[in-house]
Amino acid sequence: MPPRRRISTFDWSTGVIAVAALAAGVAVYLREGQDRFLAILVGDVGLMAYMMPKVLAGCVIGALVTLLLPREVVTRWIGAESGFLGFVIAFLAAVILPGNPLTIFPVAGALLVVGADIGAVVVFITTWALIGYQRALVWELPFFGPDFMIWRIIVSLPLPFIAGLLARMAIRARGKGGGP
Amino acid sequence: MISLAVDLLLWTFVAALAAAAAVRSRTLMWEGLRDGVLDFLRLIPRLVFGVIGAGFLAEVMPQDVIVSWLGPDSGILGLTIATIIGAVTPGGPVVGFAIGATALKSGAGAPQVIAFVTAWSLYALQRVLMWELPVMEQNAVWLRMAASLPLPFLAAAIAMLAGKP
Repeated sequence: MPPRRRISTFDWSTGVIAVAALAAGVAVYLREGQDRFLAILVGDVGLMAYMMPKVLAGCVIGALVTLLLPREVVTRWIGAESGFLGFVIAFLAAVILPGNPLTIFPVAGALLVVGADIGAVVVFITTWALIGYQRALVWELPFFGPDFMIWRIIVSLPLPFIAGLLARMAIRARGKGGGP
Repeated sequence: MISLAVDLLLWTFVAALAAAAAVRSRTLMWEGLRDGVLDFLRLIPRLVFGVIGAGFLAEVMPQDVIVSWLGPDSGILGLTIATIIGAVTPGGPVVGFAIGATALKSGAGAPQVIAFVTAWSLYALQRVLMWELPVMEQNAVWLRMAASLPLPFLAAAIAMLAGKP
């Protein structure tokens, strides 16, 4: 297996967020005064303290699952099945795998190389994007609270299958059309 | 209460995985723990700026603008705007959730925020460019993105029909 690519400490999206955070902080301080500024800051630090143990657990889970479940194994599971069962296995595999793009996309790429059903690959990526438990518990729950998180996941449950079917239909239509 | 239960659940999971790794080899377990802690340390800057930024941004966000563009009564146009903003928001877990939570606090409707989070999860342009295109066939990436187009609207529609959250 190639060496694991690391999460970088600081990239441009963090830079944008940092600038926005500082600008908004200064704006609050100037417009609403020190008391309001400190009240918000204390609230945010509390939220951060609440998130830290979850984020740490999430990172360790991600690293351990990545080591325990090599991408070759996942590729074999999904690549071996077609039809609706293939969709279900792709769905379950994406639910189990940690929410890290460094793991997901190489698996999806490998699936295409071994000739897996494109529908199942779409189900796999879509499920990972919408329903990964790790990202939901670690990030979404602290920001949004349980009600929003649970309902967002419930309404998202059918979506990977819809995307998978659409992808499969598109491929079939192209095949029949005899295009390039 | 829920927070504690989630912490307990996550850490039980950590313990089970660490035990499973230790059964294979001690080295594997330590490697996993070390990788996880290093990832955590690298995420801290994003976490700090994301959380603090969300709090301050929610305070300075013009509420009336958010409500009229993305509020519960903003209809299909609001959903479309939320979807487009979600698609162009950069990846990384802090950014999208921080913006979504800010919008919700400032008066955006729940289905609109669901459309935003769904679009961001599916498209996050920077993630597509950095992680997806380099390792996947280009055609497959476009196909996945095309097949995902209706999903933010469907998610919002189901949420509206259910009347939740």
